[in-house]
Amino acid sequence: MNPINQETTSSYQIHIRPNKSWHHMNWHAIWEYRDLLFLLVRRDFVSKYKQTILGPLWFILQPLATTIVFTVVFSRVARIPTDSIPPMLFYLCGLIGWMYFANCLNYTSTTFVTNAGIFNKVYFPRLIIPFSVIISRFLAFIIQFVMFIGFYIFYKFFTPASDTFHLNPAALIFFPLLIMLTALLGLGMGLWLSALTAKYRDLTQLTTFLTSLWMYATPVIYPLSLIPAKWHKVMALNPMAGIVEAYRYCFFSVTVGNLFFYMLSSIIMTLIILISGILIFNKTERNFIDTI
Amino acid sequence: MKPIIEIEKLSKLYRLGSISANTFQDSLKNWFHRIKNSPPATADKSSSRLMIDPNDPQAGPEPNTLWALRDISYELQEGEILGIIGRNGAGKSTLLKILTQITEPTSGQAVLRGRTASLLEIGTGFHPELTGRENIYLNGAILGMKKKEIDSKFEEIVDFSGIPKFIDTPVKRYSSGMYVRLAFAVAAHLEPEILLVDEVLAVGDVEFQKKCLGKMKNVSKSGRTILFVSHNMQAIKQLCTQTIILDKGRMIFSGSAESAVDKYLGDGLSLKGEQIWDHTQTAPGDDIVRVHSVRVMNTDNRSRTQFDVRDPMTIELKYTVYEDGHQLATQIYLFNDAGQVILNTKDNKDSPWGDRCIPKGSYCARCTVPADLINEGQISIGIGIGTVGPSYFIGHVTIYDAVIFAVTDAFDPEGVRGNYPFEWKVGDIRTHIPWKVERLEN
Repeated sequence: MNPINQETTSSYQIHIRPNKSWHHMNWHAIWEYRDLLFLLVRRDFVSKYKQTILGPLWFILQPLATTIVFTVVFSRVARIPTDSIPPMLFYLCGLIGWMYFANCLNYTSTTFVTNAGIFNKVYFPRLIIPFSVIISRFLAFIIQFVMFIGFYIFYKFFTPASDTFHLNPAALIFFPLLIMLTALLGLGMGLWLSALTAKYRDLTQLTTFLTSLWMYATPVIYPLSLIPAKWHKVMALNPMAGIVEAYRYCFFSVTVGNLFFYMLSSIIMTLIILISGILIFNKTERNFIDTI
Repeated sequence: MKPIIEIEKLSKLYRLGSISANTFQDSLKNWFHRIKNSPPATADKSSSRLMIDPNDPQAGPEPNTLWALRDISYELQEGEILGIIGRNGAGKSTLLKILTQITEPTSGQAVLRGRTASLLEIGTGFHPELTGRENIYLNGAILGMKKKEIDSKFEEIVDFSGIPKFIDTPVKRYSSGMYVRLAFAVAAHLEPEILLVDEVLAVGDVEFQKKCLGKMKNVSKSGRTILFVSHNMQAIKQLCTQTIILDKGRMIFSGSAESAVDKYLGDGLSLKGEQIWDHTQTAPGDDIVRVHSVRVMNTDNRSRTQFDVRDPMTIELKYTVYEDGHQLATQIYLFNDAGQVILNTKDNKDSPWGDRCIPKGSYCARCTVPADLINEGQISIGIGIGTVGPSYFIGHVTIYDAVIFAVTDAFDPEGVRGNYPFEWKVGDIRTHIPWKVERLEN
């Protein structure tokens, strides 16, 4: 047989061969499947609220209940300071940012395990699945964010605590970037974990446990100002530390002096985790089916 | 003109033993052993249960590796329909999985010149909570259709499925028949230049199967190129313009569908009254259920390959359920030597767990095909085990040719044939039907 000639008239051509180079990414194919991406987002969203009585209300109830628990336990009982911001607002703001990250991470981390049935039967760029997760989680984030704005307005205009915090318009410009950073970091971590759980099934149990511990290493229930100066360099190793603090900076204008340093660390680490995560996911995608 | 599909020396090596039993704990142990310079734990395990004989022609270069596919080369012109036949483990599915990009080849290459869609299963990605309408879009997109395409074919798909009334009902309320109809309707409206199909016609009732075969024929008339893997020799003969036979990973024949089917059937299946899988990892099944042995026995409880038409045949299978919470249905298929189903039986009615979840553990299921029912010929037993849901059936185990035996009719006036002395291989079933013959008085 003649060596296979690649030139062709058809616009579609698939060339199948082993060991595509490790950094080979077919971004074009992902674009081709964009309709699938949005249908998957819809499926995630619709199936989630069709199964419950309260429907989309769950998106609000969960952070709200957690915030109330935090307010009672950490503010009233443990008396952890909240930078003089009303505790309810303080926790809610950090929590919805954190939850967006944690959900992106948890739901993408099981990509291979939960979709093994589909992956075994039909090909599409596998990255579509994690992408659909971060988008559908973003919709949940929006709903939660609207609730936060409600509480924000209430505290700002109808309570005596209104002087303790004010909006930071300069920081708010970066707010969309901040959300993107949260999603990409969650995605990057999730991609890493999905590759690991494909190989080691027992890590699935660990993921949720580790993310809940991670929350306590992140300034969600305490302000960054509580950390002694000498520990800031260590704290900045947690890419979520700066991100959660920045969420609050946007709405309360209160933070420690070195938030810029924290953000720089977050951005660099997010990029490293995301790029390496995509590569390892890509590698797993190619031989995962042979191991199930 | 360049062939639309070019396959060149395609090979696939599988590694056995490292299958999903991998845990993080094992890796840590291995790592620990490496530090201490002692042999790793998992290597111990795998060498003690070497599964592939190194002299096996399929054995790969390293221990416990297996050539699932070896040096397959083929060229297919546009508009041709290629049938792929072969026994279990011949590499048919592996070939299809490589061409659909689900898995990568180990060596060799292939070029597909055209928009490609694959159909290895119908209803992939169906979500029980979503309505029929929503699932049409989702499933269509998973199979590679654009939303616009689905929009334009939506009416046709609904018509073809024959269930327009239920299109806005969540599919969890569908009967399994409706589910299959809808799923196939979507698949039937894929319009790629190259279609890769795996045995999806083996679903649904006969009427619907006919409709599907008809649809496939229409598709082929419109000039599309199809690769079709099937156990159904009748369908292969009807549809395919050329056919290849795979055996143990190699292509052993290529030619017209007629000649390939003749050769395949002529080679005959080697009879086997019993099949046992010693290793959990290679036993057919998944994480939920695996079959360990299948045999066919006479009344004396010993496995046999020869039966008289007057013998009852007891088929026994042993399987292990690994997870609680599944309502399983076990089915046995009897295939004739043309690969058509003569009989299908399910355990739902008689099993104590026929209508509820089966607890994990090991099970033995037996069913007896009554004497004086099956005609002479070679019978191959197929096994299927799946989870039965309100509206879906998820397969866990599919085994073709689990056991193969011959049924013969002795030339014996006591038999069903009476004193009819000639070969009597008409029909799949031959039971004693009472006749009443009277002489009419003139």
